[in-house]
Amino acid sequence: MNNEKDSKEIKALLSAAIAPIKDTALRRDLWPQMLCKLDEQPLPVSQIPWFDWALAAVFSAALFFFPGTIPALLYHL
Amino acid sequence: MELLERFAAGDLEAFETLFREHQKEVYAWTVRIVRDHGIAEDLTLETFWRIYHYRSRFHPDGNFRAWARRIATNAALDYLKKARRETELPEDLAGPAAADPAVCREARQQIKQAFFQLPPKYRLVATLALIEEEPYNDIAEAMGISPALVKMRVFRAIRILRKKLSSLVPEVATK
Repeated sequence: MNNEKDSKEIKALLSAAIAPIKDTALRRDLWPQMLCKLDEQPLPVSQIPWFDWALAAVFSAALFFFPGTIPALLYHL
Repeated sequence: MELLERFAAGDLEAFETLFREHQKEVYAWTVRIVRDHGIAEDLTLETFWRIYHYRSRFHPDGNFRAWARRIATNAALDYLKKARRETELPEDLAGPAAADPAVCREARQQIKQAFFQLPPKYRLVATLALIEEEPYNDIAEAMGISPALVKMRVFRAIRILRKKLSSLVPEVATK
């Protein structure tokens, strides 16, 4: 109940200070800018995040230094 | 071949058709989050750039509108995270004329300051839920989270605002 009351009071304060946006209409066609953006920003060569590469490196290193884990890993696959 | 299949295959004409069909809606959603026409235009372009970039991940049987809205929400959230570092208070689109005249200028400024200082993920849900009065389900779908999590974030945003605005609502703050 209190939460609901708090919510209403804060909502009332917010709406007194920040009104909802009424004008949400797009004023111009953005396609020409889109074409420029596609030309300026070509797609990156690699789409794989650096974290995945780091994880793969750690995993490969673990297999290299502890080859005894390979049969156990294969067993569980 | 259907439009969405052609788009997923990388057809630029299909992308143009989808862009022209959905740009207004993506813009309207974005401007309500970032509250600035110029930034909303930039983010609309960024959204469609990401859409084109990740087109191979889109399943042609899927809902393009919902997918575009989710990408737009993520782009807007990324912007809010970056903009948070700027200390200057953004000029709100609705402006003082649209606000309640009974609330004095100083109080309005204090409320705005508290609101714009909210952590981005709380500010995003608070903007959509408390100011724009979007249904929780729509916000949840756009953010890719559950309606319960949206409710929790709104609750946390209210708690932060309650603390910051204690001088304006002392009876609320003392709870």
